[in-house]
Amino acid sequence: MRQRLARVLGGVAILALVAGGAAACKKEEPTTPGGSTVSGLKIGFFGALTGDAAGLVTPGKNGAELAIAEYNAANPGANVTLVPFDSQGSGDKAAPLATAAVADEKIIGVVGPAFSGESEVANPIFDKAGLPIITQSATRPSLNSKGWKIFHRGVGNDLSQGPAIGRYLKDVAKAEKVFLVDDQSAYGTGLRDEVEKVVGAAVVGKDKVTEKQVEFGPVVTAVKNSGATAVFYGGYTPEAAPFLKQLRAGGFKGTFIGGDGLYDANMLSVTGKADVEGAVVTCPCGPATAAKGNFVADFKAKFGTDPGVYADVAYDLTKVFLEGFKAGKTTRADMQAFLGTYNGVGTATGVTYKWEANGELDPAQVSIWAFVAKDGAWANPTQLPKS
Amino acid sequence: MNFDDLIQGFPDLTTTGLAQGSIYALVALGYTLVYGVLRLINFAHSEVFMYGTFAALWTWGLMGYDSNSARPDLGTALLLIVVSLVVASLFSGGVAMVVEAVAYRPLRKRNAPPLVFLISAIGASFVLAELMGAFTERRQQGIPGLLPTEPLFSAGGWTVYPLQLMTFVVALAVMFGLDWFVSKTRFGRGIRAVAQDADTAALMGVNKGRVIGLVFLLGGLLAGVAAVFYSMKQGNTRFNVGFLIGLKAFSAAVLGGIGNLRGALVGGLLLGLVEAYGAALFGSNWTNVIAFVVLLVLLMFRPTGLLGESLGRARA
Repeated sequence: MRQRLARVLGGVAILALVAGGAAACKKEEPTTPGGSTVSGLKIGFFGALTGDAAGLVTPGKNGAELAIAEYNAANPGANVTLVPFDSQGSGDKAAPLATAAVADEKIIGVVGPAFSGESEVANPIFDKAGLPIITQSATRPSLNSKGWKIFHRGVGNDLSQGPAIGRYLKDVAKAEKVFLVDDQSAYGTGLRDEVEKVVGAAVVGKDKVTEKQVEFGPVVTAVKNSGATAVFYGGYTPEAAPFLKQLRAGGFKGTFIGGDGLYDANMLSVTGKADVEGAVVTCPCGPATAAKGNFVADFKAKFGTDPGVYADVAYDLTKVFLEGFKAGKTTRADMQAFLGTYNGVGTATGVTYKWEANGELDPAQVSIWAFVAKDGAWANPTQLPKS
Repeated sequence: MNFDDLIQGFPDLTTTGLAQGSIYALVALGYTLVYGVLRLINFAHSEVFMYGTFAALWTWGLMGYDSNSARPDLGTALLLIVVSLVVASLFSGGVAMVVEAVAYRPLRKRNAPPLVFLISAIGASFVLAELMGAFTERRQQGIPGLLPTEPLFSAGGWTVYPLQLMTFVVALAVMFGLDWFVSKTRFGRGIRAVAQDADTAALMGVNKGRVIGLVFLLGGLLAGVAAVFYSMKQGNTRFNVGFLIGLKAFSAAVLGGIGNLRGALVGGLLLGLVEAYGAALFGSNWTNVIAFVVLLVLLMFRPTGLLGESLGRARA
């Protein structure tokens, strides 16, 4: 009896699955087959949308959504959609997602991948398919030298951010003893190398931690014994927040500085107001809350929060693709050519987007900013000198 | 090799290593208890621990303390810790008993082969972790700082912080309590009897089902205690924190001799110390290499672990 019941239930479940699958497949059909060819185009958004690193990426996704909503409102019938690809910031998950993005022929451009590690996995796949990308936040310098024609970077790379951090340590923090820690990621190690070149002789110690590490006791001991007055961390918030917390618990009172990998709301909330106070982060992006035009008000109206890190950059980069659509660039090859000669000012960032042959943003347009944690918020945005 | 760091940092490394080792030991006891009685590696134990960290986080949240709160005075801090210890232990204990009832008991009733238990354990572990992941949106959550961060005392290069001392003392007290419970009380006798020979114990009137439930409950309670101290020490938690510490604690249990309560203590503390010294000597990225090489070498010479005696044969 019981077995039969199980079989019946199983049968019903399978039927439901098949029916559901069929219904889902039907939805995939283009809804507007006739009309202009511009309708129903898609833009991919690639990065960590869930998981620990999502704090750095979701504001950008919201920025992209806002740009598309505005475009669709202004161009009835365009029906552009944003297709999110949630990599959780991990290189392991990047390959299948990139393959899926490439397979969807309606996707003409991708904003992202947000991180350098996943870029190294996904970009070769995009390059092979000729799907143009503009990353809003993958800042490892070497990404520009891999021969990917589709690669474009909408911000300065760590060759500008790293030295700026080094100069901040030397000139602003006046640190004579610096301890360098990195997380051995493509981004963290790269940034550490650039900082080290500038700080040079002031380095009194170095250590490497790993992704998902939670216990930093030995590193804290090493920092204290080195007598360092400043600690640089190259990596991302999930490890940096507990590390900083344990540093403070271990009595470290000096400067703590990191790159844009730490410039998110989680760094503040996970570390906690008291322990994060005074921590410095840099970003090749200005404060999104001070973006130009109506961006801040529109963003707030749509999402109910202030725009976070890279929201304005992703918004402007999405608009570059949308301008391409408007100009009739509806294939990947046309879009790629369009980006090559693009020269326009982003309405939110005020940056003139113009790319060099290797996909880097015009160096004249790069600016690095520093932010200081104050009372549980990133405050005092200051543009750092270029040399 | 960086001997300077090791020598200069020796006192500090020892205290942090012992505090970390105490947490390993508390979790290791859960593995060892269940193994001693059932010859089963309860892989879901790491998630039982993880649920404890969230129970502590939520308890503090309900009492008005989140990661942005200012540190409370010592009295309030102690109250918060005591309340969270009670709540987290009960919560973890409850989760452990649910795991036993859902994932293991039905299999045991049908005399399933050991391999099935293993798969069921791994399955339970995934379900619990992903459930919490979905529920918390996989976010990393900060833990409020409670105890003062000024050193408790420092003398001759040795600096001890309140949290370190408290972790160590509570862990030791809990373990001596457990040791006493297992060796002296009637319930403890039941546990040892089932561990030695389940069928004979049943003939003597020991309720096997109840003993097994009790063992899971005990393991869960200890994991809850570990979770509270881990949370305060690490300053954050998320749905996947169980995995690494579970692996470490399990190794600690094997290192000390799985099935042996005192072995779990020795194994946990030793692993904590080896990690701390190893990290100083070779750099933090070598921590796990050093820890597991030491584990392998020790097991090569003492295959049953340092104190390799089973729970059943533990002398009262």
